[in-house]
Amino acid sequence: MPDKIDYDAKIPNNVDLSSDRRLQRALEGWQPKFMHWWGEMGPTLETHGVYLRTAVSVGREGWAHFDHVVPDQYRWGVFLAERDPDRRIAFGEHQGEPAWQQVPAEYRADLQRLIVIQGDTEPASVEQQKLLGLTAPSLYDLRNLFQVNVEEGRHLWAMVYLLHAYFGKEGRTEAEALLYRNSGSPDAPRILGAFNEETADWLAFYMFTYFTDRDGKYQLGTLKESGFDPLSRTCEFMLKEEAHHMFVGTTGVDRVVQRSAELIREFDTLDIGPRGGIPLQIIQKYINFHYTVSLDLFGSETSTNGANYYTAGLKGRWQETRRKDDHQLTNDVGILERPRADGTWETEEMQAILLLNLDLRAEYMADCQTGIKRWNRILEKHEIDFQFKLPHPGFNRDVGINASQHITPEGTIVDEATWQQGKHNWLPTTEDLTFVRSLMQPVYERGKIASWVAPPTNGINGKPFDYDYVHLP
Amino acid sequence: MAIAVQRESDDAAEAGSADGQQAEVPIEVSFDRHPDSYRHWRLRVDGPVAWLAMDVDEQGGLRPGYELKLNSYDLGVDIELYDATQRLRFEHPEVRAVVVTSAKDGVFCAGANIRMLAAAAHEWKVNFCKFTNETRNGFEDATAHSGQTYLAAVNGTCAGGGYEIALACEEILLIDDNSSTVGLPEVPLLGVLPGTGGLTRVVDKRRVRKDRADVFATRPDGVKGKTAVDWNLVDGLVPRRGFTEAVARRANELAARGERSTAVRGIELTPLHREVTAQGTEYEHVSARYDRQTGTVEITVRGPAPGAPSLAEIHEAGPRGWLLAMTRELDDLILRLRTNEASLGTWVLRTEGDIAAVLDYERVVLGAAANDWLCNEIVHYYKRTLKRLDVTSRSLVALLEPGSCFAGLLFELALASDRQYILDGPPIDDEESELRASVALSEANFGVFPMGSGISRLESRFYGSTEHLDWLRGELGRELEPAEVAELGLVTDAPDDIDWEDEVRLVIEGRAALSPDALTGMEANHRFVGPETMETKIFGRLSAWQNWIFTRPNAAGGDGALRRYGTGQKAVFDRKRV
Repeated sequence: MPDKIDYDAKIPNNVDLSSDRRLQRALEGWQPKFMHWWGEMGPTLETHGVYLRTAVSVGREGWAHFDHVVPDQYRWGVFLAERDPDRRIAFGEHQGEPAWQQVPAEYRADLQRLIVIQGDTEPASVEQQKLLGLTAPSLYDLRNLFQVNVEEGRHLWAMVYLLHAYFGKEGRTEAEALLYRNSGSPDAPRILGAFNEETADWLAFYMFTYFTDRDGKYQLGTLKESGFDPLSRTCEFMLKEEAHHMFVGTTGVDRVVQRSAELIREFDTLDIGPRGGIPLQIIQKYINFHYTVSLDLFGSETSTNGANYYTAGLKGRWQETRRKDDHQLTNDVGILERPRADGTWETEEMQAILLLNLDLRAEYMADCQTGIKRWNRILEKHEIDFQFKLPHPGFNRDVGINASQHITPEGTIVDEATWQQGKHNWLPTTEDLTFVRSLMQPVYERGKIASWVAPPTNGINGKPFDYDYVHLP
Repeated sequence: MAIAVQRESDDAAEAGSADGQQAEVPIEVSFDRHPDSYRHWRLRVDGPVAWLAMDVDEQGGLRPGYELKLNSYDLGVDIELYDATQRLRFEHPEVRAVVVTSAKDGVFCAGANIRMLAAAAHEWKVNFCKFTNETRNGFEDATAHSGQTYLAAVNGTCAGGGYEIALACEEILLIDDNSSTVGLPEVPLLGVLPGTGGLTRVVDKRRVRKDRADVFATRPDGVKGKTAVDWNLVDGLVPRRGFTEAVARRANELAARGERSTAVRGIELTPLHREVTAQGTEYEHVSARYDRQTGTVEITVRGPAPGAPSLAEIHEAGPRGWLLAMTRELDDLILRLRTNEASLGTWVLRTEGDIAAVLDYERVVLGAAANDWLCNEIVHYYKRTLKRLDVTSRSLVALLEPGSCFAGLLFELALASDRQYILDGPPIDDEESELRASVALSEANFGVFPMGSGISRLESRFYGSTEHLDWLRGELGRELEPAEVAELGLVTDAPDDIDWEDEVRLVIEGRAALSPDALTGMEANHRFVGPETMETKIFGRLSAWQNWIFTRPNAAGGDGALRRYGTGQKAVFDRKRV
């Protein structure tokens, strides 16, 4: 299997597509449909070139190439991480067996479902972010948006490749359906709720890339452990690209906090709205919203599907191979905290294997905490007496055991009236959203940036901030 | 019936241990429900169209230990559904089409709750499946005989028992959202069969080609969109936007097909009065006395007061009219005994009253049934109640004694029994009395109340012997003496007053000594002499196949698919084909 990517092919790939005529034909049939979708549902803003990175190899070193590309002409392709010929399944009842190079018939439906759900989220975020280019705070940010979008498009390609290559006619049908469902569509919405909400402003975009793309990272991490080797290798490479999306989120929120802190110091007031900044309280509300919506993506706390997938070897735990246990989990016990009707919490002991969603979510929550620390450090540096916090995982949930409960960000179970009363302090109100949107004026001039966000400390690929990242008409 | 695997984020079967049979909590199940207090359904009548929306309360399980996620159901959910179908027929005769849909977004119904099934005792599972089957058959009965056409508006994922609800409807519309599917995942996921006629209706009713049915029933995920239509798993696709409007349009078209006037006014099904004690249950027209020693229930059905009512009087009396009130009481008693008294294995059926009064009452109702909606409903309700008896897994023995009124429609109770004995002599406690037992046949015994097999109980009793049936026809309306009744083959035996008590005792004690399982199987074999219909196949296969598979180690054993579902561990199968 060549490591180097074949860019001469109609569809760039490192899977030796030219030797599989049937698969090549199938993917070439899908390509124009993808391009049509990109044209209809992709970024609205027209450009003459964006400084984008393109994968040129999948090895550890120097896999990316940077150049100006018109997004429509981006070379989306199929790239899998290198194959480890000795890879073995690390968990479940097939532990120790060689990883599967073909789909076992028994798991075909489950694997297809997992891939379709993962695949469905990739184009969804492009659709959610369709209009953002029109209000970009700088060319640097605009470039990042395009980078994220083309790579989400490539992740769609990755999932479509798997569907075409391993799931026959049904896989091809599902691959087409990935383009027919659309974010927020009244007829055929995206499968998961969080992917049907519009990303309305740039603060939401940073939050999305921080919190929601981070969920994606953890989901991909579990699929990377899959006994189905092509899925594992696909996800491994996607994780590399995903890292940049999270970088956009982390530094994006950094820069908003930085700018707000500067304005607070400059005018010696927390009320920086009139000064063109985003008040810390609103940032906290955005955190509350995006974090909790992303927690929903982990599914129910207890999951028999998750358990089945684990036992079958389809989906592992985060960093499965580094964990020191039997990788079967049939005799292990975990603790579940659930809200009781009387407003107290109870803990329940359960088989660990039923709590895999919770296990993954715990990893994710710890990771999110590092962002909070980082942003609080910026405030500390500016000697501002305010601290961001992650809300309690029971707050504002639509999925799982807390879904029908009313829980405050502190984790107190309250009645509905109390919750409704507090809601405007916890989640962005219409006024908050309108205010943030009022700040969203595009800045397309080289080296310039909007009032509400600080410039980045470094540019892309060693280029300065005032580099000509995007050629606009 | 089963729950489907929904999506990654959902789990149908929830917390609670499935790896040990849960301790059975003895609870007495009541079948009294009212739309005002439904926990799981919303019933709305909008002119000629009724909307029956499933909105299962997760915490509303009949027993502890499971959560009814994703509109999965247990007996409690189905009891409400049965109540709704009955009220639609009696309280809303103006309704011409019934839309069955879900009030939850993205999920129609995930089927019977697996945790509930895995934890339940076998007799509970079987009784549950039987009742749900009867309710589904009720959809088809309403469509065929009351002009209330059932339309399934599948607005989300629909699996196992959920799809079986849809299958019982005349038409199925599936939301075209590119993700909602219909499926029967029981075989691949649970190692059991769909328990509410799923397999049978797919091929026999919807005529899905058998190889496709095989593909369909072995996939854990379902089938959606165009394929579902091409295979005839559903009748049509409806876009998500405007789904409700499109369904309403179709429901109104179906409603317009009906012949019955939409101007009719229904009658209210008022609460039943019953007195329950440790010794039995007492209703106005029906009594039941328990003998736990012999495992017997003595059921007595009382006939109407003399004097035929007028049609107007039947309407005026509404739920208090004899035939409707008696039928409701008998129906309720059958359901309660089946669910709450599994160890009372023999039911002894008696009647009390005046033969002429029964025939007079019956003549009015049957005479009007063709044109009068209420009489039509009463006839079909009594028919369905007799069918319940036919499929009840209890030994049924009818005792015809002096003072009984086994005439016409009440004689069907005797014909539904496994054995019939008539006392040829005076009442046991009054040797001097002139009173003798007698029987009268009427038109009611020749096809008005067909069994599930589509033929009358008499035809099934004398299957293939038209001469015998002609002979019986010649005796229509006449009161027959015990000796004649025996000669006509209408009873098993006619002991005289010297032998009677001993004979009856021997029959009942003898029954109690036999294997209850063997009796259930044997009786089901004997009761349905004659042709097969979709209905008899559904019940027959439930008894024979589904129940067998349910108890096999491959499903119900510690390592079986049903017990292991939801534990994350895979079933271990004994690979031998049996």
